[in-house]
Amino acid sequence: MARAVKTPTRSKAVRGTTVRPSDALSREQRLALYRYMRLTRTLEERLVALYRQTKVVGGLFRSLGQEADAVGSAFALEQRDVLSPLIRNLGAMLVKGATPLEVLRQYMAKGNSPTRGRELNIHFGDTDTRNFIGQISHLGDMVPVMAGVTLSFKLRGEDRVGLVYIGDGATSTGAFHEGINFAAVQRCPLVVIVENNGYAYSTPTHKQTAAKQFIDKAIGYGIVGVQADGNDVLAVYDVTREAVDRARRGEGVTLVELMTYRRKGHAEHDNQSYQPVDEIERWAEANDPIDRYMRVLRAEQGVTDEEFAAIHAEIAQTIESATDAAEASPMPEPTDALVGVYADPPIIPPLWFRESVRSAVDANERAAGWGTYDG
Amino acid sequence: MPTSVPLGGGRMMAKHGTEPNAPAAGSPVERTYLEAIRDAMAEEMERDPNVFLLGEDIGAFGGAFKVTDGLHARFGDSRVIDTPISEAGIVGAAAGAAHMGMRPIVELQFIDFISCAYDMLTNYVATARYRAFLPCPMVVRGPSGGYVRGGPFHSQNPEAAFLHTPGLKIVYPATAADAKGLMKAAIRDEDCVLFFEHKYLYRRIKEIMPVGDHVVPIGKARVAREGTDVSIVTYAATVWRALEAAEQLAAEDGISVEVIDLRSLLPLDDDAIVATVRKTNKLLIVHEDTRTGGIAGEITARVNETCFEWLDAPILRVTAADVPLPYSPPLEDYVLPQTSDIVRAVRRLAAY
Repeated sequence: MARAVKTPTRSKAVRGTTVRPSDALSREQRLALYRYMRLTRTLEERLVALYRQTKVVGGLFRSLGQEADAVGSAFALEQRDVLSPLIRNLGAMLVKGATPLEVLRQYMAKGNSPTRGRELNIHFGDTDTRNFIGQISHLGDMVPVMAGVTLSFKLRGEDRVGLVYIGDGATSTGAFHEGINFAAVQRCPLVVIVENNGYAYSTPTHKQTAAKQFIDKAIGYGIVGVQADGNDVLAVYDVTREAVDRARRGEGVTLVELMTYRRKGHAEHDNQSYQPVDEIERWAEANDPIDRYMRVLRAEQGVTDEEFAAIHAEIAQTIESATDAAEASPMPEPTDALVGVYADPPIIPPLWFRESVRSAVDANERAAGWGTYDG
Repeated sequence: MPTSVPLGGGRMMAKHGTEPNAPAAGSPVERTYLEAIRDAMAEEMERDPNVFLLGEDIGAFGGAFKVTDGLHARFGDSRVIDTPISEAGIVGAAAGAAHMGMRPIVELQFIDFISCAYDMLTNYVATARYRAFLPCPMVVRGPSGGYVRGGPFHSQNPEAAFLHTPGLKIVYPATAADAKGLMKAAIRDEDCVLFFEHKYLYRRIKEIMPVGDHVVPIGKARVAREGTDVSIVTYAATVWRALEAAEQLAAEDGISVEVIDLRSLLPLDDDAIVATVRKTNKLLIVHEDTRTGGIAGEITARVNETCFEWLDAPILRVTAADVPLPYSPPLEDYVLPQTSDIVRAVRRLAAY
């Protein structure tokens, strides 16, 4: 088994000389990859419009320019496998079956959002059928959680693997270190993807780590580390698929570093004053993952303008109807806030001073005996 | 149904008539709550070369809320240090520097992330003086609190978790002048001070600052409004809701409400609490933190022990409900204390 850190995968160098996992992808699957990337971008563009109309209640987080790393990696999983997305992984969630309507309702804080208005943006999941887990804001925390998720697969002998994303910044957390080390020691069937997009909020990677590259950390954990071009969706698929296959074979954890670039700010309000303008422009012009993949599809699969247009039209229609449905969705009822803290009791009693729960106040408190307890 | 955010309109002016250090003569400067914190740090950095800043994105970027804006340009890389995302590492490093005579100020990007440094703060920092005679003169500060649609991880009030830790001090100002004066006191303190900043107040509170070296002593409460019928003891953003309720109760009910702004939570100003209870004989405690295990329980116990016979009514609490703070506006407004809740509770006390 490979223990050493491999040299970065160069898709052009590899292509034609080695059998790549993506060689087995059908034309239909290749178009699906494209559709998910385009759906991610178009959905985020719709969210920006809604944000500007103040219909998005909280912050808005974009993955512009990173669609390939999210989509290509999630595409390497089976439905039974569990994915743990981070804030730039809308595309991965869509691959796992999250719907634009869910995302829109969630951002708009609707009562029928996946978290019923409790959580924001793409902080939601589904472990019943689609198998992705909602993240929290505390970076790194999902790595030990996914160590445990995949440990359970190992203990039960289930043929399932896990994939967890982490940003370049979150590799600095204790939780990342403890989680990946635990998973490595236990040889959990886990793929850890470090999305190196150059910035953690305003902090450039060189202020985050003194390591030359994140795969160097794999050596210290005794796991395989591989690096790939995160803006080449097929290269992302290949490297993730190989890591997934290793995990499935019982060969433990792989650290995958995907090289990409964050073309928008940390969140929509961030003016990116710390990112050189020409740097952003260079990535947009020369290394947009969707533009690149369109060229590949045209050249290698003969995809026509008409085929692209049909995909775009279908996406536009999907997002249009999802937006209408989301806007028509009700906000939660205030007292819904009291539901779901515990399994038992499923609802906690309201506090007595609430006007909206007068009946509950009457039930919980007797004005005559208030301040005393007589059984 | 309390769905509006009563403070959402204009800015509020703090009243400082009851403060020991009222504005002296000189050119008055108006500052927001946020600018007051920045001013305090800058003045202390000028005064003491051992004061330096550590935190995520606090350098040229100026921090997520721009509290440190301009300080990197003014004081340079060595005194305004951008760190990796490593709260435990940052707090631990601050402790080590503090042992060596430095005066570090740690910014947590949101106070919600203080949980990542809980071990360092409670096991290491809080015990350092007692177990090893190691001083830890450091400040850990960060944007706290809700009413901003921040959801469960950008809205927390984790003060109660540290109230239970001997060795730490905790302050949580409500006014810009107190934010400045308490920050200066915290930096000069010989022990670790957790400095909670309410992000809802950052730019909504603007007031004329006291001139000169304005230091507010840690452990001293402030009478935010004088009254005779019912006392409200509170701190941070709910000070403003209590004041708003007091106005409404005076106008609509003729009830005279006294509002005590604790400012410091650890140590608590027992004298101020006892004084107001002896004055009005009725006590409402308001906090934005969740109810169970919140600081209101501790205050209730102290009043019970020290001045029970002065009470003419049971002590009441208006607090957040015991749930993680939800994101959606109807839910957040339902969970967090609103002015209407305070009005209701005071009316009940007044009628008792």
